[in-house]
This record gives sequence, structure tokens and C-alpha cells, in this order.
Amino acid sequence: MEQVAFFVGAIGALGAAFAVVIVKNPFYSVLALVIHLVFLAGIFLLLMAQFLAAALIVVYAGAVMVLYVFVAAYVGGIEEPKWDSSPELRIVGPILAVALFIAISIAVLGSGLSALGTPGPDDVPAGFGTPEAVGHLMMEDFLIAFEAASLLLLVAAVAAIVLAGRRREDRKKQLTGGEGA
Amino acid sequence: MDIEWYLVLSALLFATGFLGVMIRRNPVVILLCLELMLSAGALALLAFSRMLGNQDAQVFVLIVLVVAACEVVVGLGLVVAMYRRRLPLDVDEVKELKG
Amino acid sequence: MTATWAWLVLLFPLLGSLTIGATFKVLPERTAGLIGISAIVAAFVCGILALIGLQGEPSESRHVASSLWEYANVGGLKIDLGIYVDPLSIFMVLVVTGVSSLIHIYSYSYMESDQGYHRFFSYLNFFVFSMLVLVLAGNFIMLIVGWALVGFASYALISYWYRRNTATKAGMKAFVINVVGDIGLYIAAILIFKNLGSVDYGTVFERAPEVFTTNEWEIVAICLCLLVGAFAKSAQMPFHTWLADAMEGPTPVSSLIHAATMVTAGVYLIARCHSLFELAPTAADVAAWVGLATLLIAGTIAIAVTDLKRIIAYSTMSQIGYMFVGVSIGAYSAGMFHLMTHAFFKALLFMAAGSFISAMANMQDIDKMKGFRKAMPFTAAMFIIGALALSGFPGTSGWFSKDEIIDFAHFRGGMYDWMWVGMLIGAFMTAIYSFRIIFRILPGPPCEEAEYLEQHGHVIHGEPKNPATGELEDTEVGYPGEEHHIAEQAGGMKFAMAVLGVLALIGGLLQIPGVDDVITKFLEPTFENSVFAHMHPSTEDSWIGLGEGALISIAGIATAWLLYIKRPDLPVKFRQRFSAIYTLCVNKWYGDEIVDFLIVNPVKAFGRFCNRIFERFAIDGATTGVAGLTRSAGAAVRDLQSGLLRGYAVLMLFGILAIAVYFLIRSI
Repeated sequence: MEQVAFFVGAIGALGAAFAVVIVKNPFYSVLALVIHLVFLAGIFLLLMAQFLAAALIVVYAGAVMVLYVFVAAYVGGIEEPKWDSSPELRIVGPILAVALFIAISIAVLGSGLSALGTPGPDDVPAGFGTPEAVGHLMMEDFLIAFEAASLLLLVAAVAAIVLAGRRREDRKKQLTGGEGA
Repeated sequence: MDIEWYLVLSALLFATGFLGVMIRRNPVVILLCLELMLSAGALALLAFSRMLGNQDAQVFVLIVLVVAACEVVVGLGLVVAMYRRRLPLDVDEVKELKG
Repeated sequence: MTATWAWLVLLFPLLGSLTIGATFKVLPERTAGLIGISAIVAAFVCGILALIGLQGEPSESRHVASSLWEYANVGGLKIDLGIYVDPLSIFMVLVVTGVSSLIHIYSYSYMESDQGYHRFFSYLNFFVFSMLVLVLAGNFIMLIVGWALVGFASYALISYWYRRNTATKAGMKAFVINVVGDIGLYIAAILIFKNLGSVDYGTVFERAPEVFTTNEWEIVAICLCLLVGAFAKSAQMPFHTWLADAMEGPTPVSSLIHAATMVTAGVYLIARCHSLFELAPTAADVAAWVGLATLLIAGTIAIAVTDLKRIIAYSTMSQIGYMFVGVSIGAYSAGMFHLMTHAFFKALLFMAAGSFISAMANMQDIDKMKGFRKAMPFTAAMFIIGALALSGFPGTSGWFSKDEIIDFAHFRGGMYDWMWVGMLIGAFMTAIYSFRIIFRILPGPPCEEAEYLEQHGHVIHGEPKNPATGELEDTEVGYPGEEHHIAEQAGGMKFAMAVLGVLALIGGLLQIPGVDDVITKFLEPTFENSVFAHMHPSTEDSWIGLGEGALISIAGIATAWLLYIKRPDLPVKFRQRFSAIYTLCVNKWYGDEIVDFLIVNPVKAFGRFCNRIFERFAIDGATTGVAGLTRSAGAAVRDLQSGLLRGYAVLMLFGILAIAVYFLIRSI
């Protein structure tokens, strides 16, 4: 049962991931990523991370991807120009990706981790991965990391406003009817 | 399921994301591929968490998600700024910062 | 308690200087002057309280070392921010603060219309603070700090009228020569630390006799280095050239720094380090001979030059020469006594000279002054008192102090008899040049300025000219203001001069041989371990010496009268007959030219050489070489910065792969 669930999730997640990379229209890429995240959330469940699976779907596939959709719609579904300034990457890219995969696999599997080849301990503490457990951890052991992350979000929000907002001169120009610098 | 299956899946997803970064030129898609790579990392963290029976890693994953969100916000802000300045939405065209 | 008062002595002038300096935009000028005066008077009062505290102790424990905090403690070198209070330092504190108080009061009136009133008082208070640090220092490092600070204060005050080119140049000259002296002190301090392991006065003077044998080369080297500092600060040969130029500063500055206090620091240094100098008699003899040479040469120059302030400046060099001889041959209390009386009468002479110069609308040439006797009776009287004391007229303070030094040289006999003869000749010259001034500017038909003053009751305000070059001056800063002040019309000047006049007359009564000997007794605890502590000429010998001094002084005054009143043609004839000697003297024995030739010009030539050759090839070559290297390195790796995002991603991947491979290899 578990194997079936894993392979379904794995094939779905991988397939969606390839779709993200291959599809020409960025709009469809975003949609493919949403599908990928749903499958990934399933795999998270297999790893006993209920809270994170839920968060992944609600926050990520929900909120963040909506942001992507907005931006993709805003800038228009621009397809990439046919002409590629560095065509060699079309060939080198996949080779490098495969090399990367092999390197990571060797690194992980060759490292002799003691739990490799086992499904991990069965006697996990009660409530492993539930919102309650994660919440306790976050508010008790990792409070500083939590606060730092919230601060980071604030900084990022300000940065986005500064980057994407209209500059003051632009606004002035608008107000004075396009005259002046 | 043995843990290495999850790790291999994570590696595959990571490589896929990297492939996307390599061959795509649209900044929005590149950002999507970065999301792929980040989620692959999150998957590996969760696999290790399950392997050790320790849920600290789940908090790490949550922080990774936060960082990813920040990256999205800034990245998309850049995309919008590029669009507004009528720059081509192609990372190869935006290369003024060269030596 | 004594130490607390001594710290307060230091505190008040510093506070005064900072207050005046910080509030120059807010406070009215008079208030700044009053703050300056009261700070110094407060320091003087604290000095007296410290004196009372010290006198309350038994004579063998009459020294207090006190430390506020540790300044540095590294590698065995422990430096405290400390002071050392003993009769000698209290003596100096009282002389410095006492004379400074009077000069502050004088300046309050004299500088009245100067634009930089606040600046002047801030500097002046700062100078007093520095000087007090110098005399109260508890170790050689603090001494050097004070030594350097007075050097700076002197520089700032000489260049006080900073639009005057001559003044800024004189300031630089004084500063540079003083720094040469500072280097001597640094080397001495290093040698002392190397040999004795401490820089504290108490430890050094106690340990020195155990470590050194008499005339061992190291102690001689230490003393000679100390002497370099002392010579430079006290304008002794060959470091004397700055003092005459320092007269570019305002007259109160000349009076305070370049006559009464700072230039006597060298004398204080020798007296303070007497236990070192007694271990190195060779160095002490060097100091004595240099003092003798300076007093004779400065005397001849003072007879020849015609600039009023410069005559008095050369006279100062000459009198400090006496003090050097005194403290070097072991007449410590006599040297310090002469330091005190000299502070009185020389400050008085400068003040009176300032008054005359004001009346002459800033002119300083005595050839142009004439007949001020009736126009300025008070100033004239004070000048005569100062001149009498300077030339050692019987009964005045200078008579007692100078002749005590001269007498001691004769008492030691041998080689020192030559010094005795030299100093007597010097005393004769002193009388001639002091009364040369008087006979040139007081009697006779009044000159234009004196006549105007006599008839109208106020001073001519001539064109603001630089007395040295005759150039028109900036009235904003380069000039003591538009209004000139003479002692007859300015209360502050009159008061200060009157007090100093009284002191110059009766100051000698403190130390009448065989009668009171106040100074000797007071300073005894400081010098009790000296080999000369109980060597005194007998009272009869002292009085014989005083008699000789009186005769020489009267003979000198009579000669001056003969030369400048009775037969005014004689000096002219002499000048024509011995024109070589006259030229030599009037050109100050070519001191400046010799220094230029030996040091300044070679240094300049070396500088030009460095500029032309070394800088162009070595320095420029090195900088352009480094720049070229950087540029070519940049060109080599520039292509990596392609600006292509995906190119960077590839590079990053290689980096990550390299790290992964490294860990893989390690794990195998």
C-alpha cells in the first residue's frame, strides 16, 4: 500500500516537475508546479509530516502560486524567443543535470548512513508531525529562528514594494501631466 | 518504504529543477525551477527527519518554505520591475553587469 | 590633602581654557578674560594651600606622590598619571601661577581691542595648565607630556596673530627646535627605563646611585640627552635661535612664556634630575659651559641689536645662562632663586616694554624712541626698577640672586674660577645693555609719539604695520587691535606692573646671606641627598661677592651713561673702528645662518633629492606598478563576469560538485 502511494506520488511529482521545465508558456508552468506540489504533499504525508503537507498545499500551492499566476498574467504569457544566445547550454544543461543527480546520489547513498535500507524507526513519538508538535517545537526550541524568519518576510515585503513600486519621479511625472523630469 | 527511495526522488527533483534553470530563459520559469529545487531540499530534510525519528527537521522545512516565499516575493518584484522598465524578460538579455 | 590641592592646581587652568574655548561665541569678551584670570588665581591659591600642607610635614617626608589612574602598564613599563609634590615643584607652581596671574591681569587690559580675545585667554590658560603638568609631573613620561604641551602652547601663542607671515614662521621655528629637544627627552626616558626599570621620579633617583658609577658612559648619555631637551626649551646654544623670533607673539606672551616661565623649564629639569647630574659631572660641566657661552654671546648681541623686545629676549637667554651655570655647578637653590627673581623683573621689563610699544603704535625700534620720561612716568619708573634688578643694582632682587650663583662658582674654585670671571663679565654687559635701553628711550627731547601723548593725553594710532617687515597688516587678527593701551591709562596693566615692581625690588630680601636664607631652607628637603647640600660659601665670602657684584653693576651703569648720554659719539666710533665685531653681534653671531648651513640646507637638499629621484621612481613606480598589476589581473579574469545568469549557475554547480567530490574522497 505504502509502495503504491509512494510510486504514484513520485511519478506524479517528477512528471509535473518535468512539465514545469518543458512547457513553453510560463502560465502552464505555474499550473504544473501546483500539480507537482500536490503530489509532493502526498509524499510528505508518507513521511509523517501532516502539518507540513497541509501547509504546503494551503500556503504554497494556494497562496504563493496565485502570486505566480498573477505575475505571469501581468507580464503576459510571453513565449521565449526562438533565438538562444547560448545554444550550447541546450546540450550541456541536461548533461550537467544528470551529473548533478549522479553526484548527489553517490553522496547520499555512498555516505553509509546507518538508517539506509530501513524505513526508519517505528516507535516515533506520539503526535509526530502534527501541528501541535511542530507548534511546540517552533515556539519553544526554535523561537529565535521563527522570529528571524518573520523579520525576513517583512524585509522581503518592503524590498518587493521598493523594487516593483513606482518611483517617486514617475509619480510626479504622472501628476504634472508628463512634464518635467 | 526504505529511506533511500525518498532521497533518490529528492535528488531527481533537484536535478530537474537545475535542468530548468539551465535551459529556460524566462525569469518567471527560472523562479519556478528554483521552487522545485527548494522543495526537493525540503523533501530530503523530511526523509532524514523520518529516518532519525526527530521532528526538528520539520521546523527547518517550515523555515525553508518561509525563505522560499521571501525569494518569490523579491524575485517576482524584480520581474515586475523589469517589465515596467520595458526590459526584455530574458535573463540572457539582461547582462549589463558584465566585466 | 596636599596632593588634592596640587591636583586642583592642575584642574583650574584646564577648566578655564576649556570653558573659554568652548563658549567663545556666547560669553562677552570681558567675562572670558575674568574667567581666565580667576582660573589662574584659583590655581595660585591652591598652590599656596598645597605649600601650607607640605610645610606641615616633617622635613624628611616632605614629598608626596599621587596618582589618579594608571596610564599604561605594558612590558614592565608602568606609567601612572601621577604627580610628585615636593618643595621644588611647589616652588615652581607658585612662581608659574603667581607670575601668570599678574600677566593675565595685564593682558586683560593690554589685549582689550584684540579680535581674538577669547582665543588668547584660552591659549594662555592652556599654557599655564601645560606648564603645571610639566612641573608637577610624577614621572618622566608625564614630564614629556607637559614638555610637549608647553611646546604646543608656545607655538600657538607665538603664531597668535596668524595673518602675520613672520609670526607663523617664528612659531614654526620655535616648534621645530623644541621638538628636537623633545626627542632628546624621549631618548633619555628610554635610556632611563632601560637601565633603571622605571620612569617614576622616586624610584629613578633612589636607584640611580646603586646602578651607575660616577661618570659611567650611560649616565652621561642620559644626562646629555636630558640636556638637549633643556637647551632647546631654554634657548641655550646651539638651540637659541628661536627665542628672538618668538618675540613676534603678543607682548604678554613674551613676558609669560619667553621670559618668566616656559624657558626656565630647562633649569627646572636639571634641578629636578640633580641626582642624575651629580653622577655625571661631565654632563653637568657641559651644561655649565654651554650656559656660560650663551650668557656671554647673548649679552654681546643684546648690546648691538635695536629691537626693544629682542634686546630683552637676548637678555633672557643670558640670564637663563646664569641659571644653567648655577644648577649645573651645584648652586641649586641659588639657581632656583634667580629663576624666581628673574621671573619678576623680566616679566616686569616686558610689560613696560609692551607699554612703550603701544605708545609707539606698535613700533619696537629703540632708535626711534626718545624722551618718554615725562609722557609715561609710571612705565618709565617700572622699567627702571626692572633694569636695576636685571643689572644687579645693590638691594634689588637680581643683586642677591645673580651674585649668589657667581659667588658659588668662585667658591668651587679650579675650573669654575674661569666661569666666575666669565659671569662677572656677563654681569657687566647686563648692566650696559639694560641701561642702554633706558638712556636711549627715556631722556632727551621727546619723539613725535611721546610729544603727542604728552600734549593730548592719548596715544597716536599709527598705521598697522608689521614691526619686522614694515608691511601693512590685517587689523582683524594680525595686530593687537586698533586701540593701544599704555600702563598709565589701563588699570589692569598698572596693577600687574606695580605688584611686579615691588617684587622685583624687594624679592631678594627672601634670601639675604647669613640673615634669612628662606629659599635655601625651603628647598632643602629636595636637595638633601645632594653632595652640594651642605656646601655653602661662608657668610663673609657671600657678602664680599655681593660687594663685587654691586661694584660691577654700578660700573656697568656708569659705562652705559658714558656711552649713551655723555659721549654718544663713542658707540658710533666704536662701531666704525670695530665694524667686524659689530656686524657679528648685530647679526646675532650668525646663529641662524649657521643652523641653516649645517642643518636646514642639507635637509632641504635631501628633500629635493627625494622629491626628484626617490618619489618619482620608487614611490610612483610602486603605485603605478600595483595599479598595472591589478588591472592586468582584472583583464585576465574579466571574461568570467559574463553577466549571464545561467553561466553563473553553471559555475556554482561546479563549485558544489567540487565540494561534493572532496567529501566523497574523504569518506572513502
